[in-house]
Amino acid sequence: MSNTNELYQEIILDHNKNPRNYHKIENPTCSQEGFNPLCGDHLHLYLKLEDGIIRDISFEGNGCAISKSSASLMTSVLKGKTVNEADELFEKFHKLVTSSMDEEQQIEELGKLAVFSGVREFPARVKCASLAWHTLRAALDNKDKIVTTE
Amino acid sequence: MIVAEKIMPVNVSSTLDVERIRQDFPILRERIHGKPLVYLDNAATTQKPLFVIDAVHHYYRAQNANIHRGTHYLSQVATFEYEKARGKIRQFINAKDNKEIIFVRGTTEAINLVSSAYGRKFICAGDEIIISAMEHHSNIVPWQILCEQTGAVLRVVPMHQSGELIMEEYVKLLNEKTKLVSVVHISNALGTVNPVKEIIRLAHERNILVMLDAAQSIPHAPVDVRDLDCDFLVFSGHKMYGPTGVGVLYGKQQLLESMPPYHGGGDMIRTVSFEKTTYAELPNKFEAGTPNIAGGIGLGAAVDYINRIGIHKIAEYEAELMAYATEQLSAINKLKIIGTAKEKAGAISFVMENVHPHDTGTLLDLEGIAIRTGHHCAQPVMQFYGVPATSRASLSFYNTKEDIDALVKGLHKVMEVFK
Repeated sequence: MSNTNELYQEIILDHNKNPRNYHKIENPTCSQEGFNPLCGDHLHLYLKLEDGIIRDISFEGNGCAISKSSASLMTSVLKGKTVNEADELFEKFHKLVTSSMDEEQQIEELGKLAVFSGVREFPARVKCASLAWHTLRAALDNKDKIVTTE
Repeated sequence: MIVAEKIMPVNVSSTLDVERIRQDFPILRERIHGKPLVYLDNAATTQKPLFVIDAVHHYYRAQNANIHRGTHYLSQVATFEYEKARGKIRQFINAKDNKEIIFVRGTTEAINLVSSAYGRKFICAGDEIIISAMEHHSNIVPWQILCEQTGAVLRVVPMHQSGELIMEEYVKLLNEKTKLVSVVHISNALGTVNPVKEIIRLAHERNILVMLDAAQSIPHAPVDVRDLDCDFLVFSGHKMYGPTGVGVLYGKQQLLESMPPYHGGGDMIRTVSFEKTTYAELPNKFEAGTPNIAGGIGLGAAVDYINRIGIHKIAEYEAELMAYATEQLSAINKLKIIGTAKEKAGAISFVMENVHPHDTGTLLDLEGIAIRTGHHCAQPVMQFYGVPATSRASLSFYNTKEDIDALVKGLHKVMEVFK
């Protein structure tokens, strides 16, 4: 499986097995459900905001290794970031999984999120990797409805 | 059927000459990610033999014209070939008359045709329609739409954990309000073969009509509409080695005659004036507009191809392969087969501990193995088993035990990654 390691990197497998921030936040500032009808990936994202800063962020849900680890890594990275920084990261992450970026730039701009670069070789899985991020954007936009990747 | 065998004699003895059959399918020589293709997604769509590809190709190269309207030579040839295909299908399912064979786009359109044309005229508020717990979305949603429009009520026959229908519950659901039973012959998500003859008999005792979704049974088992005595039967061409975009609605003649048209337009009329339009005879009444002519001809060729091998031999070989696959998959630790009905055909669904089906699908794909992962357009089935999705391997007569071995080997690699 030549490409296997590129997609299922150790860190992705680890976050799939032991997802970080995998719980519910009581009284969140905003929360949002995300759903990928094609795969059945489903997650619930919770955020606690204070003065434009993400003080706490967590998720619960069901999905493949790519969607679960993506949500886990996203929540790890975003804790303490401002909403604007989260928006910027969303754009960068989207670029990472859909178009080519050179390796140095990836790591510089996205840090450990760069492990998802392998996803771009698997068009059917891009939605899995980006579900958590689309859900985040909807939560921050305060859209009170289920977001889907379709 | 005899005619087809005369045209294309082939040496198949008691078992199938699978190696020779595989030569008929050019796509099976493709390599995927550098590996030989192992195609186990036949319930989604089957591959096409050269014989079908050539028939479509030949039509466009030498016979293309619109049907039923031209006086010119090509139009007559196209009409003749298209109608000949209808005749082959009639013979294949043992319908009484070519009028009972309506060409549609596929199973989904056929069900929608019945739910709207039959439903609009004969189903009223308070009437009941029965489906089963293992239906494909295409045999759920059209009825829900009809129920919303008419005030009719949808009833669902429940199933056992094994994926077999609870027949006692079915009998209880039948009552004087029941207008129609629409059930799947072989489940696409579980592989269950339903006791359709019994289902039909019990409904007919109460003068209730039955429609069979034969999308998954027509490529795997003999289907005889007169023996079954079903009132409607629907299937797709592309799941039986024919082209996409063509399928069939079979209906008993007097039923089809009692129904209003589905689509209005050209080809389905006798006379048109602004005051009044009269409709064409069957089957044209339900075939408005220029149909998928090449698709119909291709489907006729697919029927010839199946006849050449023999549907009974196909069923026999596939049952053997299914037993082998079930045995091999059952032997894998941490793998659970979903749907364990006594009678199964075509498909095996399974889940693996700690591995989501989509990851299984991607990892197998890298090995050149094509299976389906997801909810198989049967979300209620997934809800019943409490799983978000399953992996499904589905078989054809061109599959071999080596294909199953490749799948098993691939699954061991998947488990290695997710250990």
